[in-house]
Amino acid sequence: MEGELALLGKYIGAGLATIGLGGAGIGVGHVAGNFLAGALRNPSAAAGQTATLFVGIAFAEALGIFSFLIALLLMFAV
Amino acid sequence: MATEEHGSGLQIHPMDQFVVKPLFGDGPVEWYTPTNVTLWMGIAILAVVALLVLSTRRRAIVPSRGQSVAELFYGFIHKMVEDVTGHEGLKYFPYVMTLFMFVFLSNMLGLIPMSFTTTSHIAVTAVLALLVFLTVTLVGFYRKGIGFLAMFWVSSAPLALRPVLALIELISYFVRPVSHSIRLGGNLMAGHAVIKVFAGFAGVMGVASIVPIAGIAAIYGLEILVAAVQAYVFTILTCVYLRDAVGDAHH
Amino acid sequence: MATEATAEAGKAVGMPQLDFSTWPNQIFWLLVTLVVIYLVLSKVALPRIGAVLADRKSTITNDLAAAEELKQKAVAAEKAYNDALANARTEAAKIIAAAKAEIQKDLDAATAKADAEISAKAAESEKSIAAIRDGAAAAVAEVARDTAAELVAALGGSADAAAVGAAVTERLKG
Repeated sequence: MEGELALLGKYIGAGLATIGLGGAGIGVGHVAGNFLAGALRNPSAAAGQTATLFVGIAFAEALGIFSFLIALLLMFAV
Repeated sequence: MATEEHGSGLQIHPMDQFVVKPLFGDGPVEWYTPTNVTLWMGIAILAVVALLVLSTRRRAIVPSRGQSVAELFYGFIHKMVEDVTGHEGLKYFPYVMTLFMFVFLSNMLGLIPMSFTTTSHIAVTAVLALLVFLTVTLVGFYRKGIGFLAMFWVSSAPLALRPVLALIELISYFVRPVSHSIRLGGNLMAGHAVIKVFAGFAGVMGVASIVPIAGIAAIYGLEILVAAVQAYVFTILTCVYLRDAVGDAHH
Repeated sequence: MATEATAEAGKAVGMPQLDFSTWPNQIFWLLVTLVVIYLVLSKVALPRIGAVLADRKSTITNDLAAAEELKQKAVAAEKAYNDALANARTEAAKIIAAAKAEIQKDLDAATAKADAEISAKAAESEKSIAAIRDGAAAAVAEVARDTAAELVAALGGSADAAAVGAAVTERLKG
């Protein structure tokens, strides 16, 4: 019974942890959307800033990956 | 594994593909044991040699296809190092190129069905990130001496805020290798696990398994993009970090 | 953590990524791989590709310079051609003018000669016409005088030759 309860908590926790991925989605969308808005205003400057775009996306995404990692840890390692 | 323990429904083992096992026999994994890690890293080396050495052996002025690809990689990373790190950073170009080629080819080789993705292991990415972290720290102190610490002292901020900012900068500096490595490993692991989960669905759905198979095809395309983008991101972050050590810290 | 069951038929227990018993193995082989790739790149591949790219750049620069030179040459050749053409034109014009002048001179001389001949001939003709006319006039006067003397004789008079001659001359002057 206790094992079952722990398993239940584990799964619920893993599911909750994946909510964090939504935040990463919002963040990445924000970065990309703002980049596009800026790029349409000044297309000539856009090409030089793609590196910055990818770095920004990477930072935003990393946090989502952290929550995914928590979910994986709960599922497989706890 | 939970599903195994309870013997219920789907038999999906998304993590099996990441198991490190010896190539020969069933013995324990010692530090010197040739494992599937060894095999796929060796294949990555062969791929690097084939791509960058064999294809350029004719040194043609008018390049063949293979040589064009090699030159494309060279020019891409060379420009990235020069643009991001500055002219001084070109000294570290072979180092950055090594990281990029290894990460890129490991990601791509990992997408071959039944293969083993070395870069999906935290052990590998953590070592890569720590190497970058140590390089940046040592090069920074070597080139700038104690002045390297000025990076944490944001002189453009109000004086009262500076200690707080310094603390935040310091923490973010030490979190760098963590996020640097988890980002790469996590992305790769997630993509491969998702494909495996879909494949597990396909196994039990009979005729309707066309849906998860189409899903796998779509995710596979996405994973190719992710493999390239993550290699790019890993490399450009390396360049960004190197700039702190090599170039002007504030610009 | 799942250290005890890793080698069990390739089945993952927990996350293989967190199975720390395999970390030394992965790290060792990773370092070997990185060193090998680094050596391959820094000793062979990168210098070679860099040299090829530099070669190509200089070749392209050289080719461009050669092309520029050839272009200059072509321009020079065209200029020389145009110059030659212009020279030839002026030369031809000069020759034509000279020839024209020559012809004009010849023509003038011929014309003058012809004129002289014509005027000489004309003068001669005039002279002979005058002679003929004089002859004719003299003949007419003679005939008239004879006729007048005959007429006078026939009419029964005795004609004074001098008087008849003076009268005829008077009439002929008309």
